[in-house]
Amino acid sequence: MKRLFPFLKPYRLQLTIGPFFKLSEAVLELLIPTLMALLIDNGVNAGNKDYIIKMGIVMLVIATFGVMFAYICQYSASIASQGFGTDVRNAMFKKIETLSFTQLDKFGTPSLINRITGDVNQLQSAVAMLIRLVIRAPFLCVGGLIMAMMIDLKLSIIFMIVIPLFILVLFLVMFKAVPLYKSVQKKLDSLTLVLRENLSGVRVIRAFAGGHREKERFNDKNKDYADTAIRVGKIAALTNPLTSIIMNLAAIAVIYFGGIRVNTGNLSQGEVIAFINYITQILNAMIIVANLVILYTKAYASALRVSEVLAAEPAIKYGTTAAADKSDNAVEFKNVSLTYGTSKIPAVDDINLTVKKGETLGIIGGTGSGKTTLISLIPRFYDATRGEVLINGVSIADYSEEALRSLVAVVQQRAALFSGTIADNMRMAKADATIEEMREAASVAQATEFIDRLEDGFETYVSQGGNNLSGGQKQRLTIARALVKKSPILILDDSASALDYATDAALRRAIKESTDNQTVIIVSQRVNSVKNADRIAVMDDGEIVGVGTHKELVKNCEIYREICSSQEQLEEGDENEEG
Amino acid sequence: MKKDNTLSRLYSYVAEHKKYFVLVIISALLANVFMLAAPYISGLAIDYIKGENNVDFPMVIKFIGILFAVYVLNALFTWGMTVFTNALSNRTIEKMRKDAFGKISKLPLRFFDGHSHGDIISRLTNDIDAVSEGLLQGITQLFSGLVTVIGSLALMFMLNWKITLCVIVITIICIFVSKFIATNSGKMFRLQAQTVGELNGYVSETVGNLKVVKAFGYEDRSAEVFGEINSRLYDCGQKAQFYSSLVNPTTRYINNLAYISVGVLGGLAALAGHLSVGIISSFLIYATQFARPINDMTSILTQLQSAQAAAARIFALGDIEPEKPDDNLPELDVKGGEVVFKDVDFSYDKDRELIKNLSITAKPGMRVAIVGPTGAGKTTIVNLLMNFYGVDRGAIFVDGQNIDNVTRDSLRKNFGMVLQDTWLFSGTVKENIAYGKEGATDEEIIAAAKAASAHGFIRRLPDGYDTMITEDGGNLSGGQKQLLTIARAMLSDPRVLILDEATSNVDTMTEQRIQKAFLKMMEGRTSFIIAHRLSTIRGADLILVMDKGRIIEQGTHEELLAKNGFYTKLYNS
Repeated sequence: MKRLFPFLKPYRLQLTIGPFFKLSEAVLELLIPTLMALLIDNGVNAGNKDYIIKMGIVMLVIATFGVMFAYICQYSASIASQGFGTDVRNAMFKKIETLSFTQLDKFGTPSLINRITGDVNQLQSAVAMLIRLVIRAPFLCVGGLIMAMMIDLKLSIIFMIVIPLFILVLFLVMFKAVPLYKSVQKKLDSLTLVLRENLSGVRVIRAFAGGHREKERFNDKNKDYADTAIRVGKIAALTNPLTSIIMNLAAIAVIYFGGIRVNTGNLSQGEVIAFINYITQILNAMIIVANLVILYTKAYASALRVSEVLAAEPAIKYGTTAAADKSDNAVEFKNVSLTYGTSKIPAVDDINLTVKKGETLGIIGGTGSGKTTLISLIPRFYDATRGEVLINGVSIADYSEEALRSLVAVVQQRAALFSGTIADNMRMAKADATIEEMREAASVAQATEFIDRLEDGFETYVSQGGNNLSGGQKQRLTIARALVKKSPILILDDSASALDYATDAALRRAIKESTDNQTVIIVSQRVNSVKNADRIAVMDDGEIVGVGTHKELVKNCEIYREICSSQEQLEEGDENEEG
Repeated sequence: MKKDNTLSRLYSYVAEHKKYFVLVIISALLANVFMLAAPYISGLAIDYIKGENNVDFPMVIKFIGILFAVYVLNALFTWGMTVFTNALSNRTIEKMRKDAFGKISKLPLRFFDGHSHGDIISRLTNDIDAVSEGLLQGITQLFSGLVTVIGSLALMFMLNWKITLCVIVITIICIFVSKFIATNSGKMFRLQAQTVGELNGYVSETVGNLKVVKAFGYEDRSAEVFGEINSRLYDCGQKAQFYSSLVNPTTRYINNLAYISVGVLGGLAALAGHLSVGIISSFLIYATQFARPINDMTSILTQLQSAQAAAARIFALGDIEPEKPDDNLPELDVKGGEVVFKDVDFSYDKDRELIKNLSITAKPGMRVAIVGPTGAGKTTIVNLLMNFYGVDRGAIFVDGQNIDNVTRDSLRKNFGMVLQDTWLFSGTVKENIAYGKEGATDEEIIAAAKAASAHGFIRRLPDGYDTMITEDGGNLSGGQKQLLTIARAMLSDPRVLILDEATSNVDTMTEQRIQKAFLKMMEGRTSFIIAHRLSTIRGADLILVMDKGRIIEQGTHEELLAKNGFYTKLYNS
């Protein structure tokens, strides 16, 4: 919570002016019924025409000032709340960009999106309410009470009975309804889940002729949701009639006991009318207070969720080294282990591995053997729990962030493109990349052919997530993007899996030809993809079980042989080399 | 024309719950009548409280007795109105949702491939909610609002027509002012919603791909873009909030004007002996009561408009042409499992032809491998075989029966499919495997899991076969998901198999076991394999080499190598 208050600071002026003017408006608002009572008693009942007109003008002036004050307050509220929300969103976005992937995994992307939009929205309206209602509603309540007491202390005993009763009813309904609302929300979520599954799994559902089963499943959830919503509705429906009957009973009591007080000369007719007016005012204000309580419990939960993001300390601290050349090894792993989150078993364990400058290293292994984890350590997507990773002989922890980014380019397994043109996507790697540079990268990545076939070439618009391109096209573009960067170290993490053999082979050949000095690390499950590398590291269960050339490994490494034989690369592997 | 159509369709849904509908109308009417009567009666009571020693207690008690009864009845009918409206709206949208879902399950696959899933979900959730809130709640509010307005107007006219005219003039001003504000803020709200959508899209794109953003040091530039969208959101958000927050004080002001003029005019009239103080009191209450529903109505009208738009979006689903009905067609009867493509033409997009004049004959038990570069149309063959998409020309025959002349369910039941996309639904592991066969016993499920080499890892899961799988198998590894989908296909024991690079996510050791299981499964079954592995390709009885939607070569491994054509080039790469 503490983290959010500083965001309110720039709006101190609005936060003071707003409630002040709202309060002034409320004071004026409270005066009107009393003035009306005076008008009736001293004007109508006393037969004073001038008094009636005078009072009318006074009330008109008061009401006009009231509305002006209210406008000022609303304006302050809109500036402060929207400004606050905008600032918080900017801060959150910047913070999210600094989070480590361990932290990101913990929050989850959908949750972060909800926090930055939905939760901030809640907070925004809480700030607006703070200015507009939080002071006004209780004030109207207390003020109304005081005014009523001033008219007749004895008659205001009615309030002492009605107000607690009113609060009791509100809270009973709230306590019953709020948990039910939550369960309605959950039922809706599970309904949406079924729906989403049906859309994403439509092929499988139809393949297994599961349509009628899915319909049943959906209809069950749908009915369950409707039933619960109706049940909550029945309880929530009590609020309005119950509160209004309490209010009306109080009015009846005022008429009756007021009648007695008038009879004894302690009260006037006009004051009875004013009294009834105050009752309505107080109880309406109390309904607002009750709603505010609900709003603020929701806002509090949102505030916690937002603060959690803002409080997350960037786990990765960067050094200051800009460049270094202390070793012939481009990358060096020294006794490196990494254990994810709460897991007990390390994902990679005690890795020692060097990659020479200009070398092409292949990394092969089954799913879950730790290949991706290992290479994620180089650009510091995750930090090793033990051991050290060096680039050019200097620990990666010593490099500044820019230095590290310019040293290493990674192409991920999942081809991630952004909405914008193909050229825009390429320029992510290098803001001032020329068209020639892009062409060159694209041709190495075997992407020129399909880009040229597109109507707008490099200016073709890529829709969100690259949905208008095929898997293979997306992968080739992400590779081209990484190549534009021309970084000394290039890591391809199984990033050619959607390509057919011919394209994959052409790609590897082109990379090899175009990059004499570049150190390349190719991660793959396919023997074919790594076979021609200078050296191959074989991973199994988080450990390196063999390093060497294809021939050496076939001879010495049992696991490599198994992989090869499963892909039938053992005997004829070498024959096909030439093709 | 479109609008009327939407309304009449909506009406037909509401009409199914006529009982509730009638109850809603009756309770709304009565609740409002009693609400209107109350101020008048309380005014009458107050008139008997004149001053010191001038209070007519029997009359006061009589009227407050009536008042009490009126209040109780009002509360009762208000409750009834809310409860019935709630039931009516929930039952109506339940039916609408059910129908929409039923409609979706009849739509051809073309629809799902071509529409954003988010949009379809939004129609079945957000839009339906908008209908419920806007149309149904809105209509009851509108109705009770009308009753209140007409009722108070009538009562005020009865009490004093001159003052009433004055109130009406003020109210008309009020309507214009709030309408003016509403149009302005409405514009801003639409802009705001649009900008929020834009912001949402940007955040999900950036955060979802943060690895890439970071790897390219793109943080500052993306924060700039975000900041730009965010500041636009501030502009329209601030305006939207300010304009809309003007409605309340403004109408309160106009209400105050009405209240004051009633007091002054009423007071003057009372001096002239035309009016009693009690009536002024009733008038004051009517004057405030009268204006409120009018304010509400302007906002209800906008709500109704958006509800109608939402309803139109839902009904639009119904206008999409469904798959052609197959209820009257016979079931597919598979004995041998011969599959024949005869002169098939097909394209997803009329302007770009894809498959042209394709003929394949797969004899019973044959193993057909389909190979070719990315985008050659291999997946399209699967789409056609399963009749997810219908052919444009020619026909596909299974054991001599045209697949267009049998029910789709019976066709698909005979075809087992393991796709690259490992779809699982939220439920237990057991339920997911059992999807392959309705009413499968535990023994069958375990046998299938064993056959797919999935038994081992399933047993190691926290709750074994009863472990809950979260949406889309988020808590399983890619390989584990793949194994489950294989177990599912194994359980269904189909006559024809379709495998689409199915084992690409599994590590090599497991893969070998699966390959063996597959080989066993393929025995005696016609199989189509979209293959990337040499062993599968070489073991096939027939290899179809596809490029650009056509089969350019076909034959066995040896035959194709001997041709020294496209296949040889592929094979040697």
